[in-house]
Amino acid sequence: MEKVAIKDSSYRLKKAKILQTKKLTANEKFFEIALMDGERLDYEPGQFIMVSLLGIGEVPISVCSSPAKRDSFDLCIRAVGKVTRSLHKLKAGDVIGIRGPYGKGFPVRILEGNDLLIIAGGLGIAPLRSLIQYVLDNRRDFGKVHILFGCKEPKDMLFSDELEYWNERTDLHYACTVDRADPDWAGNVGVITTLMPGVDIEPSRTFAAVVGPPIMYNFVIKELIAKGIPERQILLSFERNMKCGNGKCGRCQIQNLYVCQDGPVFHYEQIKNLNEAF
Amino acid sequence: MEDLQYVILKKERVHDFISTLSKIQKLVAPVSKGYNNFAFEEVSSGSEIALKYIPTILPLKKFFMPQRETLLEFKIAKGTHAEPVVEYEPMTIFGAHTCDLAGVQCLNMVFSERPKDYNYLTRKNKITLIGLECNEYCDEYASCHLVNASFPSGGYDLFFTDLGDYFIVHVNTQTGDEIVDTTESFEKADTSHIKELKRLRDTKSKIFSNEVSIERRYMPELFDMSFRARVWKALEERCLSCGNCTNVCPTCYCFDIRDELELNLKRGVRYRVWDSCQLEPFARVAGGINFRKERSARQRHRYYRKFRYPVDRFSRFFCTGCGRCTRTCMAGISLKETLNELIKESEDRVWKKWL
Repeated sequence: MEKVAIKDSSYRLKKAKILQTKKLTANEKFFEIALMDGERLDYEPGQFIMVSLLGIGEVPISVCSSPAKRDSFDLCIRAVGKVTRSLHKLKAGDVIGIRGPYGKGFPVRILEGNDLLIIAGGLGIAPLRSLIQYVLDNRRDFGKVHILFGCKEPKDMLFSDELEYWNERTDLHYACTVDRADPDWAGNVGVITTLMPGVDIEPSRTFAAVVGPPIMYNFVIKELIAKGIPERQILLSFERNMKCGNGKCGRCQIQNLYVCQDGPVFHYEQIKNLNEAF
Repeated sequence: MEDLQYVILKKERVHDFISTLSKIQKLVAPVSKGYNNFAFEEVSSGSEIALKYIPTILPLKKFFMPQRETLLEFKIAKGTHAEPVVEYEPMTIFGAHTCDLAGVQCLNMVFSERPKDYNYLTRKNKITLIGLECNEYCDEYASCHLVNASFPSGGYDLFFTDLGDYFIVHVNTQTGDEIVDTTESFEKADTSHIKELKRLRDTKSKIFSNEVSIERRYMPELFDMSFRARVWKALEERCLSCGNCTNVCPTCYCFDIRDELELNLKRGVRYRVWDSCQLEPFARVAGGINFRKERSARQRHRYYRKFRYPVDRFSRFFCTGCGRCTRTCMAGISLKETLNELIKESEDRVWKKWL
């Protein structure tokens, strides 16, 4: 057996340095990262990258910053497995491996000129933050913008200072809710669909971008269709355990689609009849 | 014109040919491994080769996409430097049946599709393929005719057909031509040899017929209407979720990627290994949700990945009819039986007219 170095391997890693980290909740940590060797990550909102810790493994993570921020990018990582727990132990200055970006993100060119209804459940706010920041960076190019955010409890709320900022802005409508309140909570209580009647939209010119746990999709989509939003204008992003990102390893397959290449962002019409999607 | 592509190898010269061939580069061929079991292994003489064999335990995929393959080598000490590598071994494979050649064709399509997999493609280009025709069925588990793999259709450098006293050999590539030249074992084929080959193919077309009572072109439609069939539920109760069927499948290529550190914790490798959609954690995500939790869903996924999904993506079936999944299944799940039951179940619906 011969072994030689290979230039064009799909598994080649780019070195990246952690610029800063911030604990967001008990389980989620924020990372600001910059590629080294003068490289830049060229991505669209909604795309994901493979994050590597040599000797431990690799995980797919959505980029959660706006591509307009050119010198660095952000990740929000929940500690659930071997790799993510190890990532949580890293600090500013540490070096990790990156490959990607992969997949199809939110079709921002198509969204321009339309109204947006952005619905995030829990960690779903991470990929949507990339879209939201992109929209705010280019606010003039979009119509009305609604952001609905729901999570289990107030202590699970990610990016709370940014949520505050979105709430204060007059050029967008923001509302949030929690499934279970704590004594200090003065806001809405209930599942995310309870926020939807309060949103006044023009369905034909509204695109909905929804990211959250699978259970949320069924209820939210039903509401969106009841509001009259066309199926092609409902955008969803799927979580799968990608290993390669190249549409080969089979982990992320939903019937005949590979989430890593054909997604992770799909429009509802594309996937509504796929049995293993939700 | 056609004659130029054909040469013959007399049976008494086969041993010479094999030993000469094995001196050029590593030669791999089917060898007997006890009762009715065969494996592709390195050989150096013709006497080691089992010319009459049923599909080997593992298909040719073990050479094209090894069970374990290093993708990156890295050192932990110096920051995080990782070097992508490819492992390969130049070799000649002798005696591949048409089902296994079809399997390699499927893998080639998958790994050449963008983004290309250069680990696979580099290795593939170092392998010479010599096919061997099946003059009759290997056993009752094969369903090669159903998937159009019972006759040769490319994917080889040389293709051997046994015609009694001699092999007639189709020279398909420059590489094949070079083997014919360097081994000096072959003679020109004349029209009588070609006629003999035609006669064999005619006889074959009487022996080989659809193993399952459906026309090939209706297969995708059968699957289109079978997603909720009771058949999958029945498999749920029998399948042990061991993953044998996908391991022995010539076109199953799903893999896992893992890291391994040396004991000194200074160096390590990232490697890929065969994985199986039949195993419980395969479609599970970090939060614990499993998108194919039931064994019925996983078995169904396997069948759809053979007969439905690749039809859209690659315009062919990813079943080569080799019958390995059926031969190896501990629970006796049979591919032909499953297809027959799907047909039976759908008979109640629109499509009795097609049968």
